[in-house]
Amino acid sequence: MANVTKLDCSGMLCPMPVVKTKKALKSMEVGDILEMVSTDPGSMPDMHAWAKQTGHELLESKDEGGNVFKFQIKKTH
Amino acid sequence: MAEKKKRLALVATKGTLDWAYPPFILASAAAAMDWEVGIFFTFYGLPLLNKEIDAKVSPLGNPAMPMKMPFGSKGFQNINWPMPNLLMANIPGFESAATGLMKKMFKNKGVASIEDLREACVDLDVRMIGCQMTMDVFGFSKEDFIPEAEVAGAAAFLAYAAEAEVNMFV
Repeated sequence: MANVTKLDCSGMLCPMPVVKTKKALKSMEVGDILEMVSTDPGSMPDMHAWAKQTGHELLESKDEGGNVFKFQIKKTH
Repeated sequence: MAEKKKRLALVATKGTLDWAYPPFILASAAAAMDWEVGIFFTFYGLPLLNKEIDAKVSPLGNPAMPMKMPFGSKGFQNINWPMPNLLMANIPGFESAATGLMKKMFKNKGVASIEDLREACVDLDVRMIGCQMTMDVFGFSKEDFIPEAEVAGAAAFLAYAAEAEVNMFV
């Protein structure tokens, strides 16, 4: 079973959502899932770029409306 | 991933509060993407390596800097206050006031402080390299700097930068 870690980046601006995401992944096992919430619209393109660069899998990225963005990331290595 | 990491080489040459941001933001973002990152601090960028950062901002001679208040109603916060240079140059403590206002505005909007961003960089193994020549010129010693700081010259930094995919001068 994959463990799920939650990370709240609400209220944070660039570059903190990607920095916190990277930090959160450090203490997780390969295959585990990170659920991150942010309120910075810039985190949508940033998280896609981050996933492409790091090779971790962005399972889901959702614009929930009202400046709430939800991401699901699988640690792949 | 087994492939070679990408590398970002930055030169930080400015030590005001506003210009302290770009190198630390880019460095922490790149390191968060698993890139290798090195910042070469030279000239007025050197004080950013000090244990205590005392960066200030001056709107004097910077007509592009918005002069806005970090409190009051949204309409009030959006007013851009025109400040003639002559006035700014003559009000004692104007720079401290402007610095305080900028820090407050950044904090209110959710921007991390310079100290937090530098700490994130240190955590993510960003190499912080002080320029030996400008340290000698301006009288900095390695003991003034955070323990993670290294010291090197232009040739050493260029050798590092030659292997970087992305090079920037801030």
